[in-house]
Formats: sequence, structure tokens, C-alpha cells
Amino acid sequence: MESLIGLLVAAPLLGAAVLLLGGRRLDRAGHWFGLAMAAVSFVLAVALFFDLLDRAGEERTLHQHLFSWVPVADFRADVAFQLDQLSMTFVLLITGVGTLIHLYSVGYMEHDERRRRFFGYLNLFLGAMLLLVLADNYLLLYVGWEGVGLASFLLIGFWQHKPSAATAAKKAFVVNRVGDVGLSIAILLMFTTFGSFAFAEVLPNADSASEGTLTGIGLMLLLAACGKSAQVPLQSWLGDAMEGPTPVSALIHAATMVTAGVYLVVRSGAVFDAAPDAQTVVVVVGAVTLLFGAVVGCAKDDIKKALAGSTMSQIGYMMLAAGLGPIGYVFAIMHLVTHGFFKAGLFLGAGSVMHGMNDEVDMRRYGGLRTYMPVTFVTFGLAYLAIIGFPYLSGFFSKDEIIYAGFSKGGTEGWILGGVMLLGAALTAYYMTRIMLMTFFGEKRWQPDANGHEPHPHESPLTMTVPMMVLAGGAVAAGFVFDAGESFVHWLEPVTGLEHGDSPVSHGQVSIAATAVMVLGVAGAWFQYGRRPVPVVAPTGSLLTRAARRDLLQDDFNHAAFVQTGSYLTRGLVYLDHKLVDGVVNGTAASFGGLSGRLRRIQNGFARSYAVSMFGGAAVLVAVTLLMRAV
Amino acid sequence: MNPGELQAPDIEWSALSPSLIVFTAAVLGVLVEAFVPRRSRYVAEVVLSALALAGAFAAVVVLASGGHATSEAQIAGMGSLAVDGPALFLQGVIVLVGLVSVFLFAERRLEPAAHGAAVDSFAAQPAAVPGGQAEQEAVRAGHTTTEIFPLLLFAVGGMLLFPAANDLLVLFIALEVLSLPLYLLCALARRRRLLSQEAAVKYFLLGAFASAFLLFGIAMLYGYAGSLSYARIGDVVRGEPSALDPGLAGTMGNDALLLIGGAMILVGLLFKVGAVPFHMWTPDVYQGAPTPVTGFMAAATKVAAFGAILRLLYVVLPGLRWDWEPVLWGVAIASMVAGAVIAITQTDVKRLLAYSSIAHAGFILSGVVAVSEDGVSSVLFYLGAYSFVTLGAFAVVTLVRDAGGEATHLSKWAGLGRRSPLLASVFALFLLAFAGIPLTSGFAGKFAVFRAAADAGAMGLVIVGVIASAIAAFFYVRVIVLMFFSEPKAEGPSVVIPSPLTMSVVALAAAVTVVLGVAPQYFLDLASQAGVFVR
Repeated sequence: MESLIGLLVAAPLLGAAVLLLGGRRLDRAGHWFGLAMAAVSFVLAVALFFDLLDRAGEERTLHQHLFSWVPVADFRADVAFQLDQLSMTFVLLITGVGTLIHLYSVGYMEHDERRRRFFGYLNLFLGAMLLLVLADNYLLLYVGWEGVGLASFLLIGFWQHKPSAATAAKKAFVVNRVGDVGLSIAILLMFTTFGSFAFAEVLPNADSASEGTLTGIGLMLLLAACGKSAQVPLQSWLGDAMEGPTPVSALIHAATMVTAGVYLVVRSGAVFDAAPDAQTVVVVVGAVTLLFGAVVGCAKDDIKKALAGSTMSQIGYMMLAAGLGPIGYVFAIMHLVTHGFFKAGLFLGAGSVMHGMNDEVDMRRYGGLRTYMPVTFVTFGLAYLAIIGFPYLSGFFSKDEIIYAGFSKGGTEGWILGGVMLLGAALTAYYMTRIMLMTFFGEKRWQPDANGHEPHPHESPLTMTVPMMVLAGGAVAAGFVFDAGESFVHWLEPVTGLEHGDSPVSHGQVSIAATAVMVLGVAGAWFQYGRRPVPVVAPTGSLLTRAARRDLLQDDFNHAAFVQTGSYLTRGLVYLDHKLVDGVVNGTAASFGGLSGRLRRIQNGFARSYAVSMFGGAAVLVAVTLLMRAV
Repeated sequence: MNPGELQAPDIEWSALSPSLIVFTAAVLGVLVEAFVPRRSRYVAEVVLSALALAGAFAAVVVLASGGHATSEAQIAGMGSLAVDGPALFLQGVIVLVGLVSVFLFAERRLEPAAHGAAVDSFAAQPAAVPGGQAEQEAVRAGHTTTEIFPLLLFAVGGMLLFPAANDLLVLFIALEVLSLPLYLLCALARRRRLLSQEAAVKYFLLGAFASAFLLFGIAMLYGYAGSLSYARIGDVVRGEPSALDPGLAGTMGNDALLLIGGAMILVGLLFKVGAVPFHMWTPDVYQGAPTPVTGFMAAATKVAAFGAILRLLYVVLPGLRWDWEPVLWGVAIASMVAGAVIAITQTDVKRLLAYSSIAHAGFILSGVVAVSEDGVSSVLFYLGAYSFVTLGAFAVVTLVRDAGGEATHLSKWAGLGRRSPLLASVFALFLLAFAGIPLTSGFAGKFAVFRAAADAGAMGLVIVGVIASAIAAFFYVRVIVLMFFSEPKAEGPSVVIPSPLTMSVVALAAAVTVVLGVAPQYFLDLASQAGVFVR
């Protein structure tokens, strides 16, 4: 079975190679090939999954060593895979949702002339993401990490003719670089501390290192995670990334790639467990981001950007849970999976709406679409209910567990975390209800697009609706399945460990509170957007609303803090370079030139002076030799 | 032993075969000049020289693979010549350089044919007054000077003995055998004969001066040790004098004689490598000599002379290490700095390369100063790498010509990269190798000598060396910039398409430069196996 792991990664990479190198002759059928490659890896993943199920809990780890990549003295970098319950969970999510979104894209990208390339990039993403979660060492993980970054860059900027898309791609790339530097520093620190970067060498021995080192490694890993998962302070790229085609937003910027940061933190759990300070920072980052994203999500009128805010916020939940240590790891991953279902479903629904509305994204120009797009409405609605934590749908189980884990932290911290997460849950219910109402209910506020075409909303083709239905099914059922007999907990426990904190409140109380704040949030949105007509032009709004519309001034902050200081610094350096460095360099060059010109005159062409020079040299030589003896 | 009876010397013929082959061929070459008709001489001489040098190389390889470089190392010829790792390694390099130089000497497509006869870079009748009646007649008759080939072989023979000499007298004889043909060869340029003759006279005068120093030093050492043999002198220096020679009782063991004598021998040898302050002849001679001769001289003489210096310092005078090290430090620093600095303002390619060779002498000396096995092997490697780069660079210089012959003024090289990208790229490669840029042999060599010097504690030398390399990089790169980023001049020189002879030289030199730069390990290992002197 082990040999299937490599194949799992190879299939989409092969697809990418064929599609990207194959040229125009593949234009007509290339997308089916890309879909097939995704499906192949999904089938392999399912086969491996059943193989794992047949084994006992502790033996569910497969290894495949492909080859030694860089063997230099003590430095050993291998291309080797490790498949355990944690990676298996990711593999199933990635290949499953990935295949669905490939299928969806067949319909969504039907009229795009660069469709083959799009599928090539999607395959590249799948391959890189699988490499990331299957690597058995940090260096190979880094390869996958950069690979998904590249695919994300290429896909955000896929419609490169739009300057906004090109800029967004560049922004995502640059912001991610900051995180990537963190990861590379973390890996270097690991190598100097443990002499290896294999999981099997680093993680079990994490205790042997000093806490200071581990805190350093942990913080650098967190920096990497912040970049990839759009957590504060590296969150600014995600909203702009919505410039990419919607299937990309669903797959990469909602379901899979942005959760890589959570994977990194959970995978490196042993490091964080031994570095409580780093863990605290993780928790703080998660808590801040979950509120930040939720507030932004409340204010956005662009449906995809509102959903992007929601993604940030939900990943904030996961990050927070991951920062809680063994109390939270399992639930971070559980929420990650359920979120993968409902958020992908929401994005695909949004894509379906845009598909029917001439690519309009402003929700103030939607309204009353439920009768025109019934399938989209129902699937979107189910995913909506799941994300706000409607009882017995998937979000209800996974989010409540995280909130409960937050309380379990104990003491004042527990109350603060629980309170923050309940507030987040209320905001989630609010902004999601807002999206729902503005899009599917109320009166029609449709406007002709820039070319004067009236929109004619219609239901999307089957290639698009089938994935939406499957995902909606997942969004409804996943939580229930996972919760039944605590199956998910037992599944992951051998890898991540599980502890029970002592919570001041009971499970039932948390559920009741969460449901209550959810109802509050829904009601708030209903009063604002359901009872009153939605204005087509956004009202000015309060100071907070305006700030939230500008992503809580994240770009203004980055501009002032980094771009401006950076450019001042650059200008200063350029000045120094001109005046000081160039001055020294040119001065040195000139003085050597002058010296050279002077020395050159000694070479006057007369053999007699040459002989004198030799004689003098010989005399000095002899004198120095004698002198050295005398001293 | 009966004093009237001559005892036949015991000679290990096979161990000495490389130099014997070369000398035999040189004598045969003289006979060819005497007996073979003029029109066949060229072919006969070229074939004879090439075969002899190839044979000599084969002999070196056979000896080395027979273990003569390591376990079977011996002192042959009644104690006069060493057959050991350094000697065989350097002899191999010298023979190869000689062989390649034969190709350069034999090139006949560069000069426009004189009255229907293809001619080479050498004067039609060197003995004639430049521009005089006799010369014009010789040119009209299409004469060529085929004596250059035996001269080359004699010089190579002397160079083979030079690093192997294990006796001061043999050292002196080898020096003269290698020098005299070179003086002659320098005077033989077909074009700019006055410059060529001036160069030869200067070289001869200063060379004679240096030889005098050497000879005087030898006399003093004899007075000190009562012997000319390296081994005996080494023993005495270490304080283990064997039987005292009654005739020398007044001088033997006198340290002043040892120090002065040693220093003077060193002066003679440093002159040959062109180290500051004994370098003054280099630019004038490099510029005036026919370019193929310059290439040969620059590459091979340096190899031979450094071999001799190594043996002298490591075998005879290691006991005096603390006396000669500071001196060599000074010479190395002066050579590196002066060579690099003066080169900045040169306007002639050949003079530029001359100053570059002075700087390189300094770099190599810093490996010599290391006094370790690593030091020896790094110097051996450097010499092998450097000689081919030099040869290749001068071979390229022979190809860039205008109506007046070779266009050596740098201003004429402007824009050469646009006209002849391939040739300019190859020359750029050689320049980068001189500058010691990674992936060229120059980097590997420089790295090796600097590491050896640093390991031996000569950090100061390494720092100066690196700074000098930086200065030197300036003028190498300047030439590259000139070739590739300047507008070509309307009446600039053109690149002559040479015969396969020169082409193969350039190609071989470029190949060696790249191979030794990209995969130096095999050759470094070879050099380090060859790094032990027999005593």
C-alpha cells in the first residue's frame, strides 16, 4: 500500500506537466484529463483510507521513502512520505473537494480560452498541496509550501488582463514571502538544534531543546502559518485574492491551502507543547483574527470578499484551537474539515450566482434570487445553516467543541477565550444571514452591467450544481458523522493526542449559549436587512463600518508602517550608496589608478634601471635574511 | 679506488627518459636543419617535435603510474636529479605546454602569405638587419626559421631538468639550458623586429645578471656545506655535518655564507618567475617577443622555476624556514599588489597579461610559503591550471589582427564581442579564470593556495591576496566590458580564422579551464598525491 502514496502525489503533478507542456492540441479535452488526474488521486486516497482503517490505531502510519534528495555529510534531505491519520484527513479533504471543484470548473470555465492552463494550475496546486501534507520532513514540506504558494499566485492572477488581478496576485505573493521566510528560519533552527528536519527526529525530541529555542522555532512556524492562513498580521492578501476565478477561491482560498497553517501548527504540536509562550501567541493570533475577519465580513458588499472575511474568521477559530494544545488539536482539524465542506459550498454557490448574474459581485445588486436559482439557493442555504452552527449541522458540532475547549483552558483565560468565540459566533450568524438575505431574499435590485446587458439569472449547469449538492450534503452530515461515537476524536487521537481540560461550564451549557448568540446574530441581520429594503448604494455608515469596509484599515496600516518606512529607508540607502559607498569606491578606484600611473613610470624601458632595481631587491633580500637571524 | 681509472657513472636511463627523449629530439632537430632540404624542414621539425613531446609525456605517465611519484621516488643520475611526485607532475605539465606551444609555433595561416609561401610569426632571416636588403630578399624567397623547433625543445629540456635538479650545479646548467634558447626565441618576431630584438637583449642582460646571483649563491653554499648536493647541504643546515672537508675548514658551517648564499640563489630563481622586485623584464619581454613564444615562456618557465623554488626551499633549506619566510612574505605581497595595481593603467594586452603574471607569481608564492604538503600540492595544481589559461589567452591574442599584425592595443579590442562573439567569449573565460571567478580553474587554484596559506597561519598573506584579487578583477572585467559593451570601431582589427593548430590550442585551453573549474577534485587529488619531495 505504501507505494500508492507516491502515486497519489504524482498523478496531479503529471496532470500539471502534461497540461502545461502539452500545448494547444490539448485545449479541447485537457480539462477532462485534469479532472481525471484529480479523481485518480481521490480514488487512491480512498483506497489508502480503507487500508488505514483495517489497522489498529497506533499502526496507522505508512512511510514511503522515494530517494535521498541531498545527501551531504551530516545533511540529509530525503524525499519521503508519511501517511498517518492527520495527513489522511487532509488528503481526503484535498482530493475530495479538489475533484469536486475540478468538476465544477469544467462548467465555470467553459468559455475561457485559457481553460487548459487553468486546469494545469489546479493540478499543480493539488500535487503541491498533497506534497505539503504528506512530506515526512520539514524541508519537503517546504517544497510543497512554496508549490502551493506558486499555484495560488498563478491562479489569483489567472485573469492577468485585469490589473486588479495582477496586483492581487503580487500582493498575495509578497505577503506570503514574509511567512515563508519564517518557515525557512524555523527549518534552519531545527537543523541546528536537532541536526535533522525529519518529523521523526524533531518532534519526539522536542523536549531536549531549550525552551528559548523552541519558542523561537514556534514563533517562526506561526509566522509561516499566519502568511499562508491569512491570520493577523499577515491577513491582508486574502481579500484581494478573491480576484481569482471563484473555483480557485473555493478550493485554495477557503477549503485547503489557507488551512495549511493550521496543519503546520498541529503537525508541530510537540514543539508548541514545549513552548507555552509560543502557544499563547498562537491563541492570541487566532482570537484576534476570528474577530477581525468577522467584523470585515459584516461590512463587505462584495459577496466573495464577505466570504473571505468569514474564511479568515473561521481559520481564526482553528488557529485558536490549535494554540490550546492537546485540548484543541483534534477540534481544530475537525472544524477544518467541516469548514472545508461548507465554505467550499458557499463559494461555489457564490460562483453560481455570479455565473447567472453577468459576474456581478456586489450583493446590493442581487436580491430575490431564490426563485431563479433554486438549487443554488438550497445548497447555499444548507451551507449557511452549517456555518452559523444551526443545531445538528456540521458547524454546530465542530464550533461548539472549539468553544468548549476554549473554556476548558480554565481560569480567566478560559472565560476570555470562550467569550471572544461566542462573540465571534454571533457575528458569524450576523454576516452570513446578511449575505443570505441580500442575495436570495428581498426585492430584485439587478442592474445592467457595464456593457448594458440586463442580467438573466438562471440556474447553473449540472457540472456546477452537482458539486454544490455533494458539498451541501457534507456540510449537513459531516458533523453528525464525526460526532457519532466520537469517531473523529478516536481517529485523530493517536497522532495529535487528546486532553480534557477542566471547564467551568458544561458541554450542554456551551451549546445552549452558542445557539442563543446565533439566534441573536440572525435576528440582528433580519432587523437590518430582512425587514427593510436594502439600499442599492451603500449608506455612509458609522466609523466602524467604514473602517471595516476598508478591511479595518489593514492596507493603510501596512502602507504607513512598511511601505512608507521601507521607501524612506530605501531612499536613505540610495543616498548613502551614492554619496558614501560610491564615493569610497570611486575614490579607491581613482587612488589606485593614480598609484598605478605613478608606479608605471618606474618601468622606464632602460635595462640599466631594471638591473638597479634587481640589485636593490637582492640587497634588501639578503639584508632582511641576515636581520631576521640577528633578531 | 685507482685515481687514474674512470668509473662509469650509474645512470637510471628509464627514470630519466622524459628529458632524454626531449634532448635527443632536440639534437635530431639540429641535424634536420643541417641535412633536410629547406622545403621539407617545416614538416619534419613539427612532426619530430610533436612526437618527441608526446613521447616524453607518455614517459612521464608511465613513470608516474609505475609509482615513481610516490613509493618508488628516487634520486637518479648519481644524486643529480630527483624523480619524485612534484618533479613528475611539473614535467608532465611542462611537456604538455611544450606540445601545445609547438602547435602555436607551427601556425602558418595568420600572416598573409609572403610571395606565395605561407609564413609563421617568426622572422624570415633573423640575423639580417631589420628592414635591410638581406631581410627583404629572405622575405621574397619565402624563407622561414624552422630552427625555432629545436630551440623550443632545448628550452623544454632545460625546464624538465629545472624542477628535478637535486644538485646546485645541475640547477645552474638547467637554468642556462632553458634560458639561452628563450633569449634567442624572443628576438625572432617577424613584425616589429626592433621591439623584439630589444626585448631579447634586455632579457639576456638581466637574465645573465640573475644567473650571476645564482652562481655566486651556489659558490657560497658550497663554501658553507662543502657539497653541491641538496641532500648534503640539507644535512649540514640541520646541523648534521658529515665529514669535514679540510680544504673548507675556514668556511664550513658559517651561517653568514648560508644565509647570503641561500638568498642569492633565491634571487636567481625569483627572477625567472618574475616576482617583484625582479620582475622588470617581464612586461618588456612579454610585449616584444613573438606572441607564441610569450605564451610558451609565460606558461612553462613559471612552472619550471616554481618547481625549482619549491625543491630548494623544501629539501635544502627547510631548516632555515624562519629566515626565508619573512622575505618571501614580502616578495609575495609586493608581487600581488604591484602586479595588480600597475596592470590597471596598461593599454597593451600583452603588457596587461605580463603584469597579471606578476600578480599570479605572488599568489603562487603565498602557497609556497605555507610549507606544508597542502602548500606543495596547491602550488602544483595552480601551476597546471594557470599555464593553460595563459597559453590560451596568448593564443587568442595572436588571432586579433589588423594590417600592422597583431592588434595588441586595448582600444582596438573595443566591441570585439560584437564581431566575434565566440572568440571574445573564450577570451572572457580566460580573463575570468585569471580573476579567479568560480567555475573556472583560476578559482579552484586560488582557493587551494589561499587555503593552504591560511591553514599554515599566513592569514595576512591571504587577506592581501584577496584584496589584490579584487583589484585585479577590475582590469580583467574592464577588458570584458570593453569587448562586449563598447561600440566596435570602424577600422578595428579583425579576427583571423586560424588553422586547426591554433584552434585546437584555444579549445584545449578553454576545456582545461572549465574542467578544472567545474570538477577540480580529480586533479587536486592527483596534485596532493604528488606533493611529497624525495630527499
